[in-house]
Parts: sequence; C-alpha cells; structure tokens
Amino acid sequence: MSRWLSLYAVAAYVFLHLPLAVLAVFSFNSSRFTAWESFSFTWYHAAFSDSQLGEATVNSFLIGTAATVLATAVGTLCAYALWKRSSLWMTSTLYLSMVTPEIVLGIALLALYQWMFRYLGLQLGMHTVILAHVMFCTAYVVTVVAARLRTMDASLEEAALDLGATEWEAFFRVTLPQLVPAIVSAALLVFITSFDDFVITSLVAGVDSETLPMVIYAMARKGFNPAVNAISTMIVVGLGVLILLSSRLEHKA
Amino acid sequence: MAPAATLLAILFLIPIAIVAAYSLLSRGPYGGVMPPWNVENYMRLADPLYLSILWRTILYSFLATAVCLLAGFPLAWFISRSGTRKGLFLALVIVPFWTSFLVRTYAWMFLLRDTGLINSTLQWLGLIHDPLPLLYNPFAVIVGLVYGYLPFMILPIYSTLEKLDPALLEASADLGARPMTTMFQVVIPLAKPGMLAGGVLVFISCLGAYLTPDLLGGGKTIMIGNLVQNQFTAARDWPFGAALSLLLMAVVMAMLMPVLRREKDGLL
Repeated sequence: MSRWLSLYAVAAYVFLHLPLAVLAVFSFNSSRFTAWESFSFTWYHAAFSDSQLGEATVNSFLIGTAATVLATAVGTLCAYALWKRSSLWMTSTLYLSMVTPEIVLGIALLALYQWMFRYLGLQLGMHTVILAHVMFCTAYVVTVVAARLRTMDASLEEAALDLGATEWEAFFRVTLPQLVPAIVSAALLVFITSFDDFVITSLVAGVDSETLPMVIYAMARKGFNPAVNAISTMIVVGLGVLILLSSRLEHKA
Repeated sequence: MAPAATLLAILFLIPIAIVAAYSLLSRGPYGGVMPPWNVENYMRLADPLYLSILWRTILYSFLATAVCLLAGFPLAWFISRSGTRKGLFLALVIVPFWTSFLVRTYAWMFLLRDTGLINSTLQWLGLIHDPLPLLYNPFAVIVGLVYGYLPFMILPIYSTLEKLDPALLEASADLGARPMTTMFQVVIPLAKPGMLAGGVLVFISCLGAYLTPDLLGGGKTIMIGNLVQNQFTAARDWPFGAALSLLLMAVVMAMLMPVLRREKDGLL
C-alpha cells in the first residue's frame, strides 16, 4: 500500500476525531477563553451544579429508557412476525419512516398532537416525546433483529413445535434466547438515538420535558459557555461506550 | 406485527396524511388551517425567495456529497486494504458517527467561531490580527454537512470494495497496468454501486438537514429544513410548511427508490 494512502488515512482520521478531541481537552481548561491555562475540573463542577442541566439529564434518561423498552419490544415482535410472514406494506412503511427527514417527522407528529389535543384536552409533555421516539426508533430495532433472524435456522423452531411446544413456548424458549444479543444491541442503539435526538424532540416537547440536547442547544446558541464542553465530553464518552458495546454484541450475534 | 402496525399507522402514516391534508388547505387568521381546499401552497414554491432557498439546499447538498465522495473513497479503499486491522479502522469511522450529532456540530462551532480555537491559535501565532469570519457562512455549513454525513459515504463504498476479488487487481498488474490505471479502469467501475448508494444517502441527508445550517450557518444560509421549521413555528404558516415537507419527502423517496431496488435482499 502506498505511503500516500496511509498519510491520507491519517489526515482523514484526524478530521473525524480532532474536533471531538479538542472539545474534550478544552473541557479541562481552567480559563473560560479558548487559550490553554491549566488543568481543572471547573466546568465539570459548573455542569454538575446547574439545576436545569440536572433536570434535563433526568428527563433524557427517563425518555430514553421508556422509549428503549417500548421500541425494543414492539420492534422485536414486528421483526419476528415479518420473519414468519413477509409483508410488503409493513416493510415499506418501516423503510419510509427511516428515510423521512427528521424535521418532517417532527412537524407531522406536532400536527397530529395538536389535532388530537383539540379533542382530548391533553398537552405536550414527556408522553408525547416518548411516543415520538418509539415511532422513529422501531424501524432500527426491526432492522437489527431481522438481520439476526435471517441467519437463523427456522427448523429449530419447527422442531420445538413438532415436539409438542406451543407457539408461545417455541418463541420464548427457542427463538428468543438466540435473539438476545441482537435485541440488546438494538436496545442500545435506540437509547443512543433517543438520548441524542434534538430535532423531533424540540418540536414535540412540552415545558416540563426539556431534554439534555435541548438545553445544550440553547446554551450553544446563547454564546460560548465552557460548561457545554464538559457536558459534551461526558455525552460523547458515555454514548461512545454504548456504541462499542452494541457493535460488539452485533458481531457476536 | 399488530403492535408495530398500530404504532406506525397512528404515529407515522396518519401524521403524514394530516400534513398532506394541511398542504391543501389555507392558512387560518391565527395560524392553524382552514378551508377552502386549494393548491395555492404548492404554487408559492415558485416564488423567487423560496426558489433561491430550494436552489441553495440543492447546491450545498451537492457540494457536500461531492466532497464526501472525494474524501471518503480513498479512506474506504484504505480500510478495505488494511488486512487484520479492518475492524479497528472501521470502528474509528463508526464510533464518532454515532456519538451525538448535536455535540459534533457544536464541536465545529467551538473550532470556527471568532473566539474559537482556530482563530485564537492563528492570532496567538501572530499570523492574523483580526479573527477570520469562519462561522455563520456557507463554508461552515458545508464543512458541518461533510463532517456529519461522511460515514454514510464511506460505509457503502467500503462494503463494495470489500467484496472486490483481489485476483482482479493482480491480473490488472500482471497485464502491465500501473496502480493508478488499475484504480481508474478496474476498482472505480466496480465500486460504482457503493458510490451511488453512498452518494444518495449523503445527498438526501443533506437535503433534510436542519441542525447544521441552523447552528453553523447564518440568516443567508438557511435550507429547506429550516424553512419548514420556521413555517411551523415563527411564521405560523402551517399549510405552506406542510407543502414544503411533502416536497422534501417526495424528492427523498424518488432518489432512494433506485438504490433500494438494487439492494435485492434489502435491510429488512
């Protein structure tokens, strides 16, 4: 392999990683200006003592967890059903939900909620955000779980049925255990996607359901605040660990 | 399947249908929508102001896609040729891609702003006196789009290069072709499906971009995504926003169709 190609690869990886690395380094800078002064945890303290950030983090975890549980359950069942009997309608709709631009999904959901609330008298809040997240994450779960199902031997389940297992028993005791790595991998992806979403969330969130990305966005717009560097670094490291975990599981599957 | 079908019907298909209906209604006096039904909202897309935003969206998306292709292909080639460390090099592309889009965009604000790292470093070195206007312009938006969507280009190209039979390269070399000739006559033609898939993925992602132009661009760099958002919030012109959304969705679907057809076994 030519030396030029290797050099280019180094440059490309620098481009991919340097912006985040620089952000992480400067999150430990004691100065509020972008000139290195000395190492300190000042901005981490600032981030942890900010009550708005704390509240938003709790919201993000609650929404992420609820969305993960629901989307994973619904998506896994859907992938299993599609494996048993394919449905062009269902597959196309899932594809469509994956490729529709986020901003369009966001305003479409907002339109639906407004229209429903006029008759039901409910308001935007955590529940509307969770439902939105479940909607756009289900297709990811189906994709990951379906990929695993395609590599599986259908005769195992048939054998279980022949040996007298009911359909439920065959699913829960034969098929499901083989799917566990793929399901966990999908669940991690859903959590990451949900935790990170800004565009859709900001459109369908209510006053009591501000999420972490929404606060970061507001802080980033307002002007420079090194505390954002500190939170960003924590998010990148946290989500980075989850994505590594998820890809490990997917390869194992 | 029933739970997923119900979920998608209520939270995806019905909302899209509502948007489609709104796009054919008129704007109410206090926002919202009202009859009569008409196609006025689609006619307004031809307004020079909106046409310029549409044109800009297409231009930025095209430029970002071209840069991604030129920058992504060599890296995909590098990864596919790197033997046992393929997994590591691939992970180095994927991991930053999955960690928070918002944070990755914010990282560029941190680098590019007037008091950002690039400007303060250049000033410290004495190379410039006044900060360079790096943020809030088309350059920043395109950099942000490339940074955001580069892996969409690398991954499909990588998967076609990965399947390439090494014997073809050896045959080409044995027949006297120089490495560059082999690259242009053998590798690139065979990698076309991956380049096409990557190109479409990057392009449609850019068309729907909202956060990148919003944070890295200024008032003169807004794209369709921002226009849609604006119609549903500040401008309170839901019917027009709905028409724009449907247009965006239609373009995205039309571009994806050929790619999805090609992928016979599909993702699902």
